[in-house]
Amino acid sequence: MSNSLIIILLISPLVGFLINGLFGKWLKGNEKLSGTIGALAVLVSLICSIIAFVNVQGSEKPFNEVLYSWIAGESFTFNIGFHVDALTTVMLLVITGVGFLIHVYSIGYMHGDAGYTRYFAYLNLFVFAMLILVLGNNYLMMFVGWEGVGLCSYLLIGFWYEKQSATDAGKKAFIVNRIGDFGFLLGMFTLFAVFNSLDFSTIFSGAEAKSDEIVFGVNGIMLATLLLFVGAVGKSAQLPLYVWLPDAMEGPTPVSALIHAATMVTAGVYMIARSAVLYNIAETGVVVAWIGVLTALFAAIIALKQNDIKRILAYSTVSQLGYMFVGVGVGAYASGIFHLVTHAFFKGLMFLTAGSVMHAMANELDIRKMGGLRNKLPITHATFLVGALAIAGAPFLSGFWSKDEILHSAWGVTWGSGKAIYIIGLITAFLTAFYMFRLIFVTFYGKSRVEPEVASHLHESPAVMWIPLAILAIPSALIGLLLGVGGHNSWFHHFTEKVAGFKGGHGEALGSPIPFMVISSVIGIAGITFAWTRYKNRVPSAEPTNALQKLVANKFYIDELYNTFIVQPIKNASHFLLWKLFDTGIIDGIVNGVAALIRVIGGTLRRLQTGLVQVYIVSMVLGIVLFLAYYLFFA
Amino acid sequence: MSLEYYLILSALLFTIGVIGVLIRRNAIIIFMCIELMLNAANLAFVAISRSLGQVEGQLFVFFVMAVAAAEVAIGLAIIVSVFKHRETINVDEVNSLKG
Repeated sequence: MSNSLIIILLISPLVGFLINGLFGKWLKGNEKLSGTIGALAVLVSLICSIIAFVNVQGSEKPFNEVLYSWIAGESFTFNIGFHVDALTTVMLLVITGVGFLIHVYSIGYMHGDAGYTRYFAYLNLFVFAMLILVLGNNYLMMFVGWEGVGLCSYLLIGFWYEKQSATDAGKKAFIVNRIGDFGFLLGMFTLFAVFNSLDFSTIFSGAEAKSDEIVFGVNGIMLATLLLFVGAVGKSAQLPLYVWLPDAMEGPTPVSALIHAATMVTAGVYMIARSAVLYNIAETGVVVAWIGVLTALFAAIIALKQNDIKRILAYSTVSQLGYMFVGVGVGAYASGIFHLVTHAFFKGLMFLTAGSVMHAMANELDIRKMGGLRNKLPITHATFLVGALAIAGAPFLSGFWSKDEILHSAWGVTWGSGKAIYIIGLITAFLTAFYMFRLIFVTFYGKSRVEPEVASHLHESPAVMWIPLAILAIPSALIGLLLGVGGHNSWFHHFTEKVAGFKGGHGEALGSPIPFMVISSVIGIAGITFAWTRYKNRVPSAEPTNALQKLVANKFYIDELYNTFIVQPIKNASHFLLWKLFDTGIIDGIVNGVAALIRVIGGTLRRLQTGLVQVYIVSMVLGIVLFLAYYLFFA
Repeated sequence: MSLEYYLILSALLFTIGVIGVLIRRNAIIIFMCIELMLNAANLAFVAISRSLGQVEGQLFVFFVMAVAAAEVAIGLAIIVSVFKHRETINVDEVNSLKG
């Protein structure tokens, strides 16, 4: 592996962004060209990623090279440099692989959109930022990518900016992420205080020696890991900062698939896996795992009563991200990352199929207005079914292997509450299977409830859209078999075992995985069956029938709670204290006061300026006489 | 004759000039009073120069005369122009820069 390979990998999407961004005006008439440039840019990165992936196998040490020093001080240096190990290449393959397919899909999906070139520019910029995030060899570079993907997320959520709800959702995502990013920033400061460096190599090799370092009165590494986790909570939409992700569905559907399912939202999981050494020492994984499992359960419950196809998938994403945090939290880093990979495929697939449904249904999102679509959209139906079976944990599909590994590791974790996490995880698995198949049965089965006008031009998507679906369906189904057989002795675990800290986790799988697999399968199939009995021929009722249903259907009123107790007080404080009192009162008061004072003084002095030359002369003569008198008699 | 007489005469002339400038309203009279002040200064120059036996004071008088001559030319031109414009040379009525 060489620097130039990594540079080509990294720069290619940037070039795509520049072409589509700067010359969009001339490309506008030629959608095919614009989309092809965008997709090709990512294809180049994909090829480089595959080369890097092949190269990284068998190499004992991570590739770690500094390109140049970015910020140099007397006692510290921040570099632009690359760190490539097994974890990086896995992320690279997910980003560029899923990313490429989604670019291809977008060529068809965005057809005829006024912002076609802008869309591909943003999408390429996103891939570039995400690559920086995973390629950096220090936390500062990771942070640059972290902010970059946040920006692109904002731009793409608000892509249809003439829609009020889209711009609002973009702002919400940006502001909520800001809270998390603030935590990330403080975490970096803490790390710097402990290690006087932000380089991965320095930090990971020196962590053991500094494990008792006290910063701000508490254990430095513990504080840093918790603060970094705050960043992950924001970026990866965990409790209590998950609220932006369901709203982010306002963006174009391929964006939801790429950014808000497959890649960006998993950045938090990647960050924790990357910092595995620190989390092993600090033993803060218990916090991560509990937040993760509670989020998984909470989001799955909300998903039960949603009727918007994309929102169900969004809550499902939040829930699955929770699983990943359980994985990395209990120290089964490889399992967490494995679930990240499988999830990227099957959730990306499901979002794209949802996009295909929307494409056919003239952007209808309400599943109650669908029904019986499997005859009209056979490919969409088949691919969605694969994705749903995978996420529900149907035996031998990808989600089955990865989810099971996580739950197995949670059961065997060395600290106390692992069993409770396992139970909650299992309940969530049941709910996942249930809500996913509720979605399928209501959308694709039963009688058609499609409005006649829409039904008349119901059609399967064009090839440029369904081929990516078909390609994505293959890994969604099989990647678990390829990489995950053997649980903790699987190929994936061997591949990632050399990543710093992966071996030192607390989650050691105990005993045979087979009983766990059987339990998971039974739970998954039970969920599917239960959904079949309830939604085989039934449409979700428009009105919730009891208080509990109402609570769930309204997402536990979390948005309203945040609005009442956080957003409105801050708005009011800004309005009355900062704006009315401080800005107009004090700041403007000072400025206007100075001006008024000058005006009063000027108004008084103005009277001296009579325009009569002789008055001036009198004052001059008087002045001279006074000076003379002073010098003659007093000096 | 001693220096004092010259200086007293010079001071008197100067004071008359100052008072004239201050109290008269006719621009030409004011102008003449300014000339009076200049010549009072000239007188003082010449007297002191002679008393000290130095020639520089007398030299300065020539400069003052030259400047005064130039000043008269410009000053009278201004007064003529003001009169053309306002039909008055009463300085109380000429108190704004605006035409």
